[in-house]
Amino acid sequence: MSGDPTDRRSFLRQVAGTAVGAVATGLLSSCVGERLRDLPWDEARRRLARLEAETRARFGREDVTLSAQEAQPGVVFGYALDLSRCIGCRRCVYACVKENNQSRTPQIHWIKVLQMDKRRGIDLVHADAYYNPAFVPEDGRFYVPVQCQQCDNAPCTKVCPVRATWQEPDGIVVVDYDWCIGCRYCMAACPYGARHFNWAEPGLPAGELNPNLHVLGNRPRPMGVVEKCTFCIQRTRQGRYPACVEACPVGARKFGNLLDPDSEVRYVIEHKRVLILKEELNTMPKFFYFYGT
Amino acid sequence: MRFHLFARFFVGSARVVTRGNALYWGWVAFLLALVASGALAYADQLQAGLSVTAMRDPVSWGFYIGNFTFLVGVAAAAVVLVIPAYIYKWGPIREIAIFGELLAVSAIVMCLLFVFVDIGRPDRFWHLLPPFGILNFPSSLLAWDVLVLNLYFVVNFVVVTHLVYCGFARRDYNHKLVWTLVLLSVPMAVSIHTVTAFLYNGLAARPYWNASILAPQFLASAFCSGPAILLFVLQLLRRFTSFRIRNEAIWKIAELMAYAMFLNLFLHGAEIFKEYYSDTHHLLHTRYLYEGVGGHHALQPYAWAAVVLNVTAFILFIIPRTRRNFVTLNLGCAAIYLGVYIEKGMGLILPGLTPDTLGEIYSYSPTLTEIRVAAGIFAVGFLVFTLMLKVAVPIALGRFHVDADPAREPVRPPSEPEAEAVPPATAAGT
Ligand code: SF4
Ligand code: SF4
Repeated sequence: MSGDPTDRRSFLRQVAGTAVGAVATGLLSSCVGERLRDLPWDEARRRLARLEAETRARFGREDVTLSAQEAQPGVVFGYALDLSRCIGCRRCVYACVKENNQSRTPQIHWIKVLQMDKRRGIDLVHADAYYNPAFVPEDGRFYVPVQCQQCDNAPCTKVCPVRATWQEPDGIVVVDYDWCIGCRYCMAACPYGARHFNWAEPGLPAGELNPNLHVLGNRPRPMGVVEKCTFCIQRTRQGRYPACVEACPVGARKFGNLLDPDSEVRYVIEHKRVLILKEELNTMPKFFYFYGT
Repeated sequence: MRFHLFARFFVGSARVVTRGNALYWGWVAFLLALVASGALAYADQLQAGLSVTAMRDPVSWGFYIGNFTFLVGVAAAAVVLVIPAYIYKWGPIREIAIFGELLAVSAIVMCLLFVFVDIGRPDRFWHLLPPFGILNFPSSLLAWDVLVLNLYFVVNFVVVTHLVYCGFARRDYNHKLVWTLVLLSVPMAVSIHTVTAFLYNGLAARPYWNASILAPQFLASAFCSGPAILLFVLQLLRRFTSFRIRNEAIWKIAELMAYAMFLNLFLHGAEIFKEYYSDTHHLLHTRYLYEGVGGHHALQPYAWAAVVLNVTAFILFIIPRTRRNFVTLNLGCAAIYLGVYIEKGMGLILPGLTPDTLGEIYSYSPTLTEIRVAAGIFAVGFLVFTLMLKVAVPIALGRFHVDADPAREPVRPPSEPEAEAVPPATAAGT
């Protein structure tokens, strides 16, 4: 109200200067906030180290390691699941939750086991995902576990407006949890219900954290982003089997390198009756179902 | 000099929007209350995440995206007025085309807000904005939509503010600019709705949306719902201001709406025939909408209400007598608004997502938080529209310009004493 107008002007200039400065720094730091894959190597290292430290601090666990191991050349992963063996015990589901640090509350499951009627065959319309008998398998039923099919022609990556999700050279479709804006367009596009959203802050007790993390895989996710099966990228890139393969008590799950003619998946594909879910959609999954017997 | 004119425009406009009778203030206060309630609800959502909505993995889009889709239609419908007004120079509509564009601007504001409240990480909104972010163009239809919606907004905003400002400055508007932009806005209006339809249409995972009839049907229904709102607005304007809008203009718009509604019903019927006659698994979504599936009947009453409303409106508008009677005309408008709101909102999103891709049925209905946020966004839109009208109407009437400020008593010409204070009914009568 009062005071020398020049004073006021210089004050305003100062305020404006500060505001411009703040906006500029904000913009600069946003430029740095690129997807990890776009960053130069040394910067990516730094970001990784920061994320690792943050996760350690958040869970109070010193044993946390965060890897960004890249795809090995000459490897494209494939999966095969034996429908004639699966007994619907859901052990894969829970092994996956444990391995991949899915939220316990609210519950997120990357694998969904569908119970089907033998008379109808594979029929999603009449499938039941919430079957709960005392003992499995039940007479007259069979079971179809569904998880991300790692499509080669993936509708989910195509629709993402910010390229927060893509297919890696070894065929794994991944999500950058720091880049996803949570629009859920990919969930509408995925024909297999394989993508899951963090509707609330994921609840993961520190004691249950699997500390062996991959930046594009099982590291704890923030609220408001999408996540999905990554073929246990943190294991398989180190030459181990996915957790679900190891957990299956009847050996219904096979995993390997599709480019290796001697791998088990290749054997299955070449020698068994193989089928693909929703083949007519031309998603070209790297996940095959087969009848082993 | 220029700057001074500009400053006076702003000061004058500010004065215009802060002067009004009790009805005006009551309306503004009502809208502000809704905005506040919506903002509080949104604050909850920011805190607790989208878990405060009823959306879950099986139905991952809901009320917000439904409203977004409906409003894109409202925004696109501005062309219904712009085409005949500018291209065919059809007199009576020409003077009101500007209100269509104001409506488009407000509707786009609401559209962008609905997308914004729907995303899980609003703090990362800038990821969509190159050069700081990455827009997955041309692969993602959502990227296309962001682009065309913003362009459409800018075009309409420029045209409207330019016309209004020139009216204020009492000089002729830049014909070249306005004509180019108006001609541009016609195909753009078609494109925003087409792109929005393609957003759903392109998803092979959702057979209910994966039908090429979607885009034409979107356009047809938009050409009903947008003008329906406008017809209300025009009548209100006529009543509460001395703005003269001829009956023929209103009847002409109503007639155009009848044709659009016929097309809409026809396209809808074609799709329904295909679904029921071929009787594949894809029929499930249509059946979920109209009959209910497996004991889930949540959508059924709404779906049938939409059918009845749309057919009623069509009959009322196609018969000249009922079209010309303002009671039946307004009934028809309300029916269209509601019918299309159901059909293009929840009636499109929910059956598209239910049953989900693995056959699960999740019965979605919006939570109070979602309804409050949505009401808040509608209130923002109506507020923008009201304020813009408040400035544009006196300018269009030649009452508010550089040398005359309707809000300042002494400047008012003596021939129109206290025009603002005259009760609405009398004002309309003069
Ligand atoms: S199954 Fe779904 S999430 Fe996985 S790659 Fe295919 S479309 Fe994407
Ligand atoms: S939810 Fe995330 S990953 Fe999915 S489309 Fe949107 S931004 Fe991309």
